[in-house]
Amino acid sequence: MKSANRLGEVLITRLIQITGYSAVVFVGLIFVFLFGEGAPTLREVPLRDLFSSRWYPIEGSFGILPLLAGSLMVTFGAALIAVPLGIATAVFVAEVAPRWAREILKPFIEVLAGLPSVMLGFLGIIILAPGLYTVLSLPTGLTAFTGALLLAWIALPTIVSVAEDALDAVPRTYRDAALALGATRWQTIWRVTLPAARSGTLIAVMLGVGRALGETMAVMMVTGNAPVLKIGLTALFSPVRTMTATVAAEMGEVASGSAHYHTLFFIGIVLFLISLAVNLTAASVVFRQRTRAERVLS
Amino acid sequence: MIRTAASRRRSRRWAQALGFAALSAAALLTVIPIALIVVQIFREGWATLTPSFLTAFPTNGMRAGGILPAIVGTLWLTLGTAVAAVPIGLGAAVYLSEYAPDNRWTRAIRVAIINLAGIPSVVYGLFGLGLFVIFLRFGTSILAGSLTLAIMTLPVIISTAEEALRAVPNTFRVVSTSLGGTRWQTVRRIVLPQALPGILTGVIIGLERAAGETAPILFTAAAFYLPRLPGSPLDATMALPYHLFVISTQVPGMPVGIQYGTAAVLLIFVLGMNAIATVIRSRARARRQW
Repeated sequence: MKSANRLGEVLITRLIQITGYSAVVFVGLIFVFLFGEGAPTLREVPLRDLFSSRWYPIEGSFGILPLLAGSLMVTFGAALIAVPLGIATAVFVAEVAPRWAREILKPFIEVLAGLPSVMLGFLGIIILAPGLYTVLSLPTGLTAFTGALLLAWIALPTIVSVAEDALDAVPRTYRDAALALGATRWQTIWRVTLPAARSGTLIAVMLGVGRALGETMAVMMVTGNAPVLKIGLTALFSPVRTMTATVAAEMGEVASGSAHYHTLFFIGIVLFLISLAVNLTAASVVFRQRTRAERVLS
Repeated sequence: MIRTAASRRRSRRWAQALGFAALSAAALLTVIPIALIVVQIFREGWATLTPSFLTAFPTNGMRAGGILPAIVGTLWLTLGTAVAAVPIGLGAAVYLSEYAPDNRWTRAIRVAIINLAGIPSVVYGLFGLGLFVIFLRFGTSILAGSLTLAIMTLPVIISTAEEALRAVPNTFRVVSTSLGGTRWQTVRRIVLPQALPGILTGVIIGLERAAGETAPILFTAAAFYLPRLPGSPLDATMALPYHLFVISTQVPGMPVGIQYGTAAVLLIFVLGMNAIATVIRSRARARRQW
């Protein structure tokens, strides 16, 4: 009886250990399958063509620069709106808002985080794009700007909640000390609390930008799907095509194993590596901060 | 001298009032669109939400009839995601909170979780296509889609469940161990039951995200239109978010009422799960004795 128990204990411990490492296994598998299907592109499409400005798969032109530019432009536009708005909202929720306002705001932001992006895309098509078309008198409402606007609100919940956590983690005593020295609450926020929470706020911005860069459905639905390389302010108000939208729109129609198929996986590799870079940096900041805190406290 | 101090204090007070006003304006600007979205969808979709809309198949190239197969498909996909993701996610959370030593391997797990959480949803779609649909030959199916969604949902479940497990006071574990409980007995009988509400909240929020996702099922599970309900896990399926995508971009001459109606059903799904999670969390918080 006792040895059966011990055997059960050993088995269950093993099982838990295996599930514990599942995340590592899955990241590895994702890596393997993306590279397995995407790397052949490097053999099939000359590098010069791959990094050219013409994406026209039917004629065998696989230049990903317009898609990269589209992604960067839409993401940058979204960040321009979402970063200040998100940090200000986080500061309001964490430092200024009375309790009742916080109790209302936080569930709202949680709901926003859970809204399916396809739903925002639908409203983008049916309300936002026609609205912008009329107000700004554009040739079409489906533009990079429309995408950036939608993306800003998709990135906001990430930025707000991570930045708010960072602000909450600043010790009470910092604020008390500033206030005791005669600083106003406003001065305390800007000169003490926010600087103390700066690495967490930076992570919030990075994760928000990463979220925007990887967003697919909403962006595909409202940016007009034109894979042309344009740079400048007019480009912001014309149709673009992001990397994510290209994969989503074209993968359904390609023959498995074709150059086009491999190139779409190659775009997946690019997206994967960008998100890896963003998240590894964020993770290293988290760990560095923790070890510093441990040093200070011990 | 006294007057300058007084006027400086007054200008500081003004700066603070202005600053706080700007911050509250920012918070309103963040939140108001959300309220508008929800109101708009229910206002325009309400009239479409009849029993027959929920229980009939689409007809006339989706331009009429109901959305039953999309609702059923999303239920299957969500269920499949839960079956695959909950045991693995829970196991990983128990490992990280109760078993894992603080070393570089554990750190590697944490980094992997952070990375999984950040991978774009369409990349999950590519991965699911490569591994489940093609390599393992599941084809475009509920099985392939559920597994893809499950891997995407794992980081949410792991991190919220771990947080819930860690919130259980250490004294509980110490007492259980001192009474002769093994580590697994302690986890199973003491720690898991105490952390259950927190775990459930995390699971529901993870599944809520999965239910609303489109990009991961685009090439792994989704069918444009099916004249019957899926009969096995190896069948392709319609799904609510994908259906909303299809009828708002791929079908010309689509009645707006059906689009809003579909969006409203999806929204009820998402808000309903969100509400359940909130209720579980607040009730557990009220009842908690530690």
